[in-house]
Amino acid sequence: MPRDNDIKKVLVIGSGPIVIGQAAEFDYAGTQACRSLKEEGVETVLVNSNPATIMTDKEIADHVYIEPLTVKCLEKIILKEKPDSVLPTLGGQAGLNLGMELSESGFLKENCVRLIGTTAETIKKAEDRLEFKDTMEKIGEPVAPSLVVESVEDGAVFARSIGYPVVLRPAYTLGGSGGGIAENEAELREILANGLRLSRVGQVLVERCISGWKEIEYEVMRDSIGNCITVCNMENIDPVGVHTGDSIVVAPSQTISDKEYQMLRSSALNIIDELKITGGCNVQFALHPNSFEYCVIEVNPRVSRSSALASKATGYPIAKVAAKIALGYTLDEIKNAITKKTYASFEPALDYCVVKIPRLPFDKFITAKRSLTTQMKATGEVMAISNSFESALMKAIRSLEQHVDSLASYDFSVLTDSQIMKRLKVVDDRRIYVIAEALRRSFDMEEIYKITKIDMWFISRIKNLVDMEKRLKSEPLGASLLREAKIMGFPDNVIAGISGEPEKLIRDKRRTNHIEAAFKMVDTCAAEFEASTPYFYSVYGGEDESGEIKNTGRPKVLVIGSGPIRIGQGIEFDFCSVHATWGFSKKGFETIIINNNPETVSTDFDIADKLYFEPLTPEDVENVVRTEKPDGAVVQFGGQTAIKLTEALLNMGVRIYGTDAENVDRAEDRELFDEVLQETGIKRPAGHTVFTAEEAVSAANELKYPVLVRPSYVLGGQGMRIAFNDREIREFIGIINRIAQDHPILVDKYMMGKEVEVDAICDGEDILIPGIMEHIERAGIHSGDSISVYPAPTLSEKVKETIADYTRRLAKALHVLGMINIQFIAMPDDEVYCIEVNPRSSRTVPYISKVTGIPIVDLAVKAMLGEKIRDMGYECGLQKDADFFAIKMPVFSFEKVYGAEISLGPEMKSTGECLGVAAEYDEALYKAFLGAGIRLPRYKQVIITVKDSDKAEIINIGKRFSALGYKIYATRSTAKVLRDNGVDALKVNKINQESPTIMDLILGHRIDLVIDTPTEGYDEHRDGFMIRRVAIETGINVITALDTADALLTSMENKDREKEMEPIDITGIATRGRAFE
Amino acid sequence: MKAFLILEDGTVFTGQHIGADREIISEIVFNTSMTGYLEVLTDPSYAGQAVCMTYPLMGNYGICEDDMQSDRAWTDGFIVHEVSGWYSNFRSHSSLQSFLLKHDIPGIQGIDTRALTKILREKGTMNGCITTNEEYDKEELIGKMKEYSVTGVVEKVSAKEKYSCKGVETLEENGTAAGSVRAATGITDKPFVAERVPAVVKEMNGKGLKIALLDVGMKRNIAYSLTSRGCDVTVFPCGTKAEEIMGFKPDGIMISNGPGDPKECTEIIKEIGKLIESGIPIFAICLGHQLVALAAGADTHKMKYGHRGSNHPVKDLETGRVYITSQNHGYVVDESTIDGKIAVPAFRNVNDGTNEGLSYRNKKIFTVQFHPEACAGPLDSGFLFDRFIGMIR
Repeated sequence: MPRDNDIKKVLVIGSGPIVIGQAAEFDYAGTQACRSLKEEGVETVLVNSNPATIMTDKEIADHVYIEPLTVKCLEKIILKEKPDSVLPTLGGQAGLNLGMELSESGFLKENCVRLIGTTAETIKKAEDRLEFKDTMEKIGEPVAPSLVVESVEDGAVFARSIGYPVVLRPAYTLGGSGGGIAENEAELREILANGLRLSRVGQVLVERCISGWKEIEYEVMRDSIGNCITVCNMENIDPVGVHTGDSIVVAPSQTISDKEYQMLRSSALNIIDELKITGGCNVQFALHPNSFEYCVIEVNPRVSRSSALASKATGYPIAKVAAKIALGYTLDEIKNAITKKTYASFEPALDYCVVKIPRLPFDKFITAKRSLTTQMKATGEVMAISNSFESALMKAIRSLEQHVDSLASYDFSVLTDSQIMKRLKVVDDRRIYVIAEALRRSFDMEEIYKITKIDMWFISRIKNLVDMEKRLKSEPLGASLLREAKIMGFPDNVIAGISGEPEKLIRDKRRTNHIEAAFKMVDTCAAEFEASTPYFYSVYGGEDESGEIKNTGRPKVLVIGSGPIRIGQGIEFDFCSVHATWGFSKKGFETIIINNNPETVSTDFDIADKLYFEPLTPEDVENVVRTEKPDGAVVQFGGQTAIKLTEALLNMGVRIYGTDAENVDRAEDRELFDEVLQETGIKRPAGHTVFTAEEAVSAANELKYPVLVRPSYVLGGQGMRIAFNDREIREFIGIINRIAQDHPILVDKYMMGKEVEVDAICDGEDILIPGIMEHIERAGIHSGDSISVYPAPTLSEKVKETIADYTRRLAKALHVLGMINIQFIAMPDDEVYCIEVNPRSSRTVPYISKVTGIPIVDLAVKAMLGEKIRDMGYECGLQKDADFFAIKMPVFSFEKVYGAEISLGPEMKSTGECLGVAAEYDEALYKAFLGAGIRLPRYKQVIITVKDSDKAEIINIGKRFSALGYKIYATRSTAKVLRDNGVDALKVNKINQESPTIMDLILGHRIDLVIDTPTEGYDEHRDGFMIRRVAIETGINVITALDTADALLTSMENKDREKEMEPIDITGIATRGRAFE
Repeated sequence: MKAFLILEDGTVFTGQHIGADREIISEIVFNTSMTGYLEVLTDPSYAGQAVCMTYPLMGNYGICEDDMQSDRAWTDGFIVHEVSGWYSNFRSHSSLQSFLLKHDIPGIQGIDTRALTKILREKGTMNGCITTNEEYDKEELIGKMKEYSVTGVVEKVSAKEKYSCKGVETLEENGTAAGSVRAATGITDKPFVAERVPAVVKEMNGKGLKIALLDVGMKRNIAYSLTSRGCDVTVFPCGTKAEEIMGFKPDGIMISNGPGDPKECTEIIKEIGKLIESGIPIFAICLGHQLVALAAGADTHKMKYGHRGSNHPVKDLETGRVYITSQNHGYVVDESTIDGKIAVPAFRNVNDGTNEGLSYRNKKIFTVQFHPEACAGPLDSGFLFDRFIGMIR
């Protein structure tokens, strides 16, 4: 069936800020879909509150709205843009929910807009637990015995009837938020109460526990005439019980025969057909390990994280095909973009094995519970491809960048056998390493299976790796053993570590014996047809296919990607990498990307001329360098991952485009940077570089407390703390030494001023500063966690001039070519101090590019290649302020990670961000809070408990809440201060005092907000910690800085705000930030 | 032990030996199925050929004997990237390696199967030799390879005597996989009732029908697809005269898949010609499809490298629907040689446009190139057996 020509203008809904459970995969899907729609001549309108995405580029969609994802906002955009259709299946659960709300309210019908890609009925059938169950029963597809309950009591009764353990799944939440397994009634009551609250419709499914069964997923496509195919199936190594997003996953399935494979495939096809899905769909099954019995766990009637993984694992562009199907095409009419010979109506055949490992945030949340459950906790993931399971697993492990490079990376050797046995029962992110240790000690494989329920086949493969470790330890390292180890995926440094031979010698031995990586192509068809899209992975022992691609004769540039999404290094760096690739491409380069993150746009097969899906370690990168012989590499855009590879690249003889390594060092090395500051006459907070705790203590005493303590060479403020006394210093140094031993530690005077940030482009002589961003929170809170305002609202002209001048001086002194990011502190007396210089792209680049209309990355690439800013059509220096405000709001995922400390500080904790754009400051602020999910007022009750040093400032905040009609509850001393100053406040008891306490109040579910500024110091805030955790877990907004509270009040004080809110098409922003001309 | 795969074009792959220690010369073909290696090994259509599996990890789930498509392995040799040392599946009782030994099939592992596949794709199917003899004489072997061709295979694989398979009485009979009922232990307290095999069949529409199945290299699941719908099936050896089959008075005739060049089967084609004229409804698969086409005057030719795998899209030209099918064929009916007055194309391959099925005019005959009986592969086109039964009724 050809394309439906009635579809001329489509509104695509994005997924909003990156949170745990909804990450970059939707930028990938949305971007691919928008490009696919554009290809068909469809006018696209895109809405997404997340400015760090590529989908919100004006090159991707015709009209772009970076607006809060609420029904009201969407209605306004629809009324303004008048699209004929809305495509809601590419924006994750958020997009789907919005699409459904728009449809259910009748708004779409009234305005003659239709949903494409799915229907409200389909969404309901798949997402509403009861309807889903009925639908499955109708077509004879088994589901585990279950009941939808709306109260804790009903849940308890039902659970008693089917027996514990039971699984609890709230309806309409993302990433299985609020779900879990209850082993007994007490646990059931706790989890169920929480789940009921988090569910959009107050429903939770209680079901028979099938944990321990195999978890198998199918990615299915269906078109409007009912043609169905499966793109790929995947087997979770971790059996049912661990959320698939937190599981190690392998594609295709490994331990099921064709019978089970086809049985489940047919079931998936039946389901998608019954649901009448037009597009992509993900079906998750639980398969009994000892029979053909299976249950359908879940169906996602949209593209998902799994579909992004399946796309990258097979080369089949699910989102692109889904968009074409939404336009009316059938699968046999859509060309396979990889082979260009076959069609979308086939099933990819893999001739390799794919392993995905989640990137979990426990290095950031050291207090959090590491256990893995049906509640997803991973912030991102890595994928590796190889022709054996062992080497794919090894590659995936070292792609994680968590200081792990083999199964021996966690040292459990000190544990006794019985402790290991006990550890095997713990389901957390280290389980696979524990299994390896158990195998090293020759534990019985069957025993390990019985405990973990991980299929014996996987355990046997882990054993193969452990056996190789043993051989490397005991046998002489001859060429054949070395070859076998390389085929199994052991990197040189690990072989060196185990065998005791130096790494260099191993490399030489490989060279002399021709043990070299060869690159194989991902072609969707196992070489059955000729493919023309160069998408490669490495293997040892085989013919190299990358050389078969014709040399273009153009200069080659290697773009180093940013690896897995983690807190502190998110999707922004993928944005930068992709734009850098496009920038180099425009300048006539052949572009080569290396990256290992399956969720991203950069690993889409048609972004660069060549894609290498590989770990980002020196050895893996060197393999690509040896094959490609690039003219240069660019590391400025891939975050710390890429920067860390600079030295290795230089040693390989690869030229680095942009600022040279020596100058990068001058910015990052404290002593050298001090010289730069002296040379340029710029002040910075006084500080010292130390190596031991004692040196740190004496430095701090000299500087006077409070001081800022942090390791050098970090991103996202990892390991950074404000210390108030000697004891805290000692404690922090201990933690720092665990994370980054090799680098010195910095101790700085902590300065209480306004934090200001700039991104600038330097061509070696001139600079271009698109704009100055001012943080709402005072210095001390990580810039990534601060609310950031452009243009800076409170800085004097003098300060702005000083900042522009300092930026120019620093960029010149560091001979910056390309990007530089500088953070300053502006003191009340207009003095400006420099606190940090990063001669590379930063996380604010996408945001500031979009709101100023200046293509920063593209200009930076040109500057790197020797062009002058003046010749690019831009004036040098600080650009004129925009005539609107753009406010970036951090977004957190604290409720997903049990036990994580939520108070903000110098270490970054947010997972994503959203933007509020408006002509007025307070409207922009309102939009930003709305986008971040803070929708107030509701019950008009607030709890305030602040530390002593904040007591003076809390008075005005209290007054303003009162004026808004809020009832204020406060702990003893806070209440006293408020009342003494004429603010009506009710005193509440602390947790350990008699009931009713602050905790009872929180659990009463009628509180809008908790303002809790943590007491200085580290271990004396048990009470505060509990309050903050319970509040977050019960869905109450928590603010831990007074500046944030102040901003929130400002946004709330205009009551007609939502009515007046004006959506702004940012594609209309001309350069120089004019939206209203 | 080292093993070598030497191709007719002089290419040599060095790997490790698996299975029986015996030198073979055979036609080398590749199959892209990711599961179903046992079904491939026991598919009689592979007689005279050595199969290279493009998916690199083979033998992961061991050998589940229920899944065998005939009593023995028919492939001459097995070429893989890696045979799993450990196997894991609740139904399996032995390893792939022990199966190869038991059935005397030699093979090679540890070679770059993707490189081999690309050679076959570029240059077309060719002959090759698997040997463990390190002192092999390449020129001599290539000489022998050039002489080799797949001949006389249908007689070799076909049933030697006629036999009957009774249709099932109730649908439930299809549900339990024989010999593999095992209670689940260690997962929950309650043992599970029984293991259910995929419930493909939804209706006992074939009950009481008598089907004659001409075995030219039949996969077991063709007979099973009919008996599981209630049909009583009698399997006839390939040399059976048409008169005997007609004398049996079947309600319908099924002609199976099979190996080799269809044009070689001149005697069988002659008999099929008579069956076509008999007016008895006929459904034919793969080689059967080619033989009927030849009997009806069309021509077949050898494809460059054939279709072997579980992912081939086939379009039903009447409805426009596309089905993913299991395929295994090196020859194809040349659509341009079909007399439009006799038959019309019913299915076509979406990838390369080759013929995938014919519908005969004014006759109750339809034939398909692909495998609706699956094993290995998708079950999507299993409804064709219902169509056949419907045609009879």
